[in-house]
Amino acid sequence: MSTTKAIMKESAVQSKAGPKKFSAWLIPGLGHWMQGRWIRAILLFISITCMFALGLAMRGMVYAPNTGDVLDMLGFVGDLGDGGLYILSVVFGWGHHIVQVVTADYGTKFIVVAGLLNFISAVDAHSLRVGRKR
Amino acid sequence: MYTPSHFTAVLLFALFASVVFGITQRSETRAMVRYGVYCFSLFVLGTIAASWVMWLIKH
Repeated sequence: MSTTKAIMKESAVQSKAGPKKFSAWLIPGLGHWMQGRWIRAILLFISITCMFALGLAMRGMVYAPNTGDVLDMLGFVGDLGDGGLYILSVVFGWGHHIVQVVTADYGTKFIVVAGLLNFISAVDAHSLRVGRKR
Repeated sequence: MYTPSHFTAVLLFALFASVVFGITQRSETRAMVRYGVYCFSLFVLGTIAASWVMWLIKH
C-alpha cells in the first residue's frame, strides 16, 4: 500500500514538473530561481546568456532544422537547448550567415555549448525539485 | 564583430562552462567552487598541452 502511495506521489510530482522543466529550458536559470536558489540562478543565467551572446558577437552560426550532415543535425539539437535564446535568434534572424573566419567557427561552438549547458542546468533544476539533489 | 585571440576564447569558454559544471555537479557551495576551479584549470591546461602536442607534431 505504501509503495502504491509512493508511486502516486512520484507521478504527481512528475506531472507538475512538466511546465517547470519547460520554463527552466526556456530561460536559463529560471528553474533554480523558482526554487529560491537565486545566486545559482543568476550565475547560470549570466554564464549561458553571455556564452550565447559572445557566440553571436563572433559571428557564429545558428543551425536551422536540417536533414543533411550528421554534425549539422547534432548542431541543431545543441542549439535547441538555448531555449528562448534560440527562439529569439530565429525571430530576429540572428546567426544566419556563412562562417568565413576562424572566430566565427568558435562562435558557432559557443552557441552550441551554451545550449548543452542549458540542458544540464534544466536537468539539475529538475533534480533539485524532485529531491534527488540538495 | 568581436574577434578574441584563441587564448582569450579558451579562457571565456572555460570560465562559463566551469561555472555551470560547478553549480550543477556539486551540492555544497564550497564543493561547487572547488569543482569549478578544477574544471577551469583542466580546460585551460588541457588546451595548452594539446597546443604543444600539435606544435610538436608539426615540427
